[in-house]
Amino acid sequence: MSPFGVAYFYFCALIAVLGAVGTVAAKNPIRGAMGLLAMIVAIAGLFLALHAQFLAAIQLIVYAGAIVVLFLFVIMLLGPSASTPSDQRGRIARAIGGGLFGAVGVAAIALLYMAAPKEKAPLLTSVVGDFGSVDAFGRIIFSEALAPFELSSALLMVAIVGAVAVARGRHKSDGPLHESSPAEALAHGKGLKDPVAPPTRGALEGKESGT
Amino acid sequence: MPVEHYVALSAILFTIGGVGFLVRRNVLVTLMSIEIMLNAVNLALVAFNRKGAYMEGGNHTGQVFAFFIIAAEAAEVAVGLAIVLSLFRIRRTVRSDEADLLKN
Repeated sequence: MSPFGVAYFYFCALIAVLGAVGTVAAKNPIRGAMGLLAMIVAIAGLFLALHAQFLAAIQLIVYAGAIVVLFLFVIMLLGPSASTPSDQRGRIARAIGGGLFGAVGVAAIALLYMAAPKEKAPLLTSVVGDFGSVDAFGRIIFSEALAPFELSSALLMVAIVGAVAVARGRHKSDGPLHESSPAEALAHGKGLKDPVAPPTRGALEGKESGT
Repeated sequence: MPVEHYVALSAILFTIGGVGFLVRRNVLVTLMSIEIMLNAVNLALVAFNRKGAYMEGGNHTGQVFAFFIIAAEAAEVAVGLAIVLSLFRIRRTVRSDEADLLKN
């Protein structure tokens, strides 16, 4: 492999790791989303190096174009309260938890290297036929993987309907559900800690229908 | 690069995501950590798929799996963020340890 390829891999890997660490460590969720974006773009670059052009494009379109934007949208919708002030657990408990998991990760990587074959692995330079082209990938998707592909569209449809149903909340016009809704009871009762919080949606609508 | 390097990078990213999932209390950051872990898995799948591309008859199974993981993750994020919004409406918080509506 050319020195350029090696440098490319390490550059993308560095950006991916830094982005992931930034996502996990950021106090402000918006910075976390930016770190996630850096990691996603770096992984798209690695997909390109692995002859997965279609996946690299999908990675940029779906993750960077849709998912990160959705995250940013929700973070900005929540406003300043999206960032939680501080962790209530002690420093030691956090260190133990993170350290244990990190140790398991390091052990997994060490085992991986020990289990790797001793002879030099072939360098990723050549591929057979049209491996990785969008043409070949699309052929597989629409022949062998056609049923899962169609089912994934059903999955996305169900997810959209579910997301709308969950995020919409309950209305007064929904009838008997309103009285028994624990969400509304909590919102009117002890749930609201913020005294200057805006009135809930149900209250506003009740006023409007009364006039 | 040998495929081991890609898998090692994938393991590192998965570990970072796992630590974030366990340590952070902010639900939004928790969701982002899940994203990191799924991206790490995708990277490993595509790298192993690339390794098989030397042989005659190398297939695209790893890439197809990664494709479906991306589709499933889009659905997961949509539902997860809707739940976060719903939780924020009820409790005015995004801390995961205050989401105890099912406790009693």
